[in-house]
Amino acid sequence: MGKTLAEKILSQNSGSDARSGDIVIAQVDLVFAQDTTGPLTIRQFNSCGFKRLADPKKTALFLDHAAPSPNISISNDHMLLLQFARDSGCSIHDVGSGVCHQIVAESLAKPGDVIVGADSHTVTAGALGAFATGMGSSDVATIFGLGKTWLRVPESIRVAVSGKLPKGVYAKDLALHLIGKIGADGATYKALEFGGDGLGNTMSGRFTVANMSVECGAKVGLFPADRATKDYLSSQGRGSHYQPLSADDDASYEKTINIALAALEPVVAKPHSVDNIALARELRGTKIQQVFIGTCTNGRLEDIAIAAKILKGKKRHPETRLIVAPASKQVLLEAIREGYIQTLVEAGAVILPPGCGACLGLHQGVLASGEACLSTSNRNFKGRMGSPEALIYLASPATAAATALSGEITDPREVI
Amino acid sequence: MLKGRAIKLGDNITTDHIIPGRYAHLRSNLPELAKHVLEDADSTFISRVKAGDFIVAGSNFGLGSSREHAPLVIKMSGVSAILAKSVARIFFRNAINLGLPVLICNTDKINDGDELEVELKTGVVKDITNGNQLSFSKIPEIMLRILEEGGLIPYIQKYGDFKLKE
Repeated sequence: MGKTLAEKILSQNSGSDARSGDIVIAQVDLVFAQDTTGPLTIRQFNSCGFKRLADPKKTALFLDHAAPSPNISISNDHMLLLQFARDSGCSIHDVGSGVCHQIVAESLAKPGDVIVGADSHTVTAGALGAFATGMGSSDVATIFGLGKTWLRVPESIRVAVSGKLPKGVYAKDLALHLIGKIGADGATYKALEFGGDGLGNTMSGRFTVANMSVECGAKVGLFPADRATKDYLSSQGRGSHYQPLSADDDASYEKTINIALAALEPVVAKPHSVDNIALARELRGTKIQQVFIGTCTNGRLEDIAIAAKILKGKKRHPETRLIVAPASKQVLLEAIREGYIQTLVEAGAVILPPGCGACLGLHQGVLASGEACLSTSNRNFKGRMGSPEALIYLASPATAAATALSGEITDPREVI
Repeated sequence: MLKGRAIKLGDNITTDHIIPGRYAHLRSNLPELAKHVLEDADSTFISRVKAGDFIVAGSNFGLGSSREHAPLVIKMSGVSAILAKSVARIFFRNAINLGLPVLICNTDKINDGDELEVELKTGVVKDITNGNQLSFSKIPEIMLRILEEGGLIPYIQKYGDFKLKE
């Protein structure tokens, strides 16, 4: 019997014949924490009695969730992380570097890696064929000290994607459609393994889909490492990190979900759950006070390019704030070079420093009671972005840009 | 044997319900952070909860963020175990790592305020108020060991490594 991608990677990293349901001890190729989970990780690391990191080169810290810091408490947390990096020799990606998951994608993750982050959206790196999953501070602290962790080898659900996305429909719509179809717990404890002729030849959409896989409970969202992966790694100066990786043809899946891309339309996740999906065109008339474009889900250059194209030469609706946060310093620099930042600012956007921005209600776009926000992020939970009386809608960057123009939820096919 | 009262919550209680991101600045000040436990799901929770109580929830409890502060503030509130129909995976691991039992069982017939007895070793929940008895799903061996030691940190302090076998 052949192996799924999850079984292959966990076999390799545990030195065993790993099959779904097994518990294995896997070597971890990259472990990280960020500024809201890092301080507890460091305290737990110290409580364990560890004196040094298992491997400083495989350990990273990121200041991204509230960066630059909005208050003294978080400034103190940042100081703790900076000091730990100095003392332990691990890398630290300071304020302005960008969202941890984007930097992991650009610079660190490789096909076949096991990656654990103290952040649920660590799954983003599954797009590169890495077994990347989120854990809490105690688990991550033990990996800091031991370089390994225990994992239950997940059953895999194959998502077979065929055809091409129609104009105005994007990877975000595919991700939301899938979550709407299987539910917010439709893949709990499972691996989602994406395949089929519809995966496309660019990585940006794969990152979006892998990122959202945790929103239906998945432990990991895996893509094969193929030509697109190779081209991406080469473009990042990391061609040597590439190795082809795919599931065996006779691998065993719990089930297969088939999705024909041509049939998809722009969709929106309505408050307060990610599986509460509606067609964008059916929500015309829903007034929006803030549009937020960015995050580890949709803050890449391709996303900003889509928004800039729609907004070029136009102005945002006067009663709709438009906030844009490039996912990383690299994305910001490229967006400046391409002229997208100027286009967006001229259209009335506020540009935030690279980082998580308004996504988690800490700073830079906190919602008031009764306000509605359309965001390109991955979560619309009650209270996520500020007031628990605020409403959060999730959609693609194109839907976000179209909504910023009209001030109400708008199908982007109206404006492209 | 754990004994306490059921505090009933619904389906899909997220980590933002348990401890919203807007309080992230309190994460290094746990006593202050803990005052906000579950306030967006049930604003009466913090005034009602007593040491030993059980959270009895529906499906997909704890979905969302990896923040270990979510099970941590629940534990600090005095809750002795969480019973739910299903639990999101990161929350599940985090709770066990803090020594907070999470038990998967059909919670439909447990009502708010019912007196419960939970026997971790046999996997049995007794509802003293209505006389019902139900069993919960087996926890993987390694998680039971971590739970028995009171959490992952004491487990690592004791063994220094993961032990899959004796």
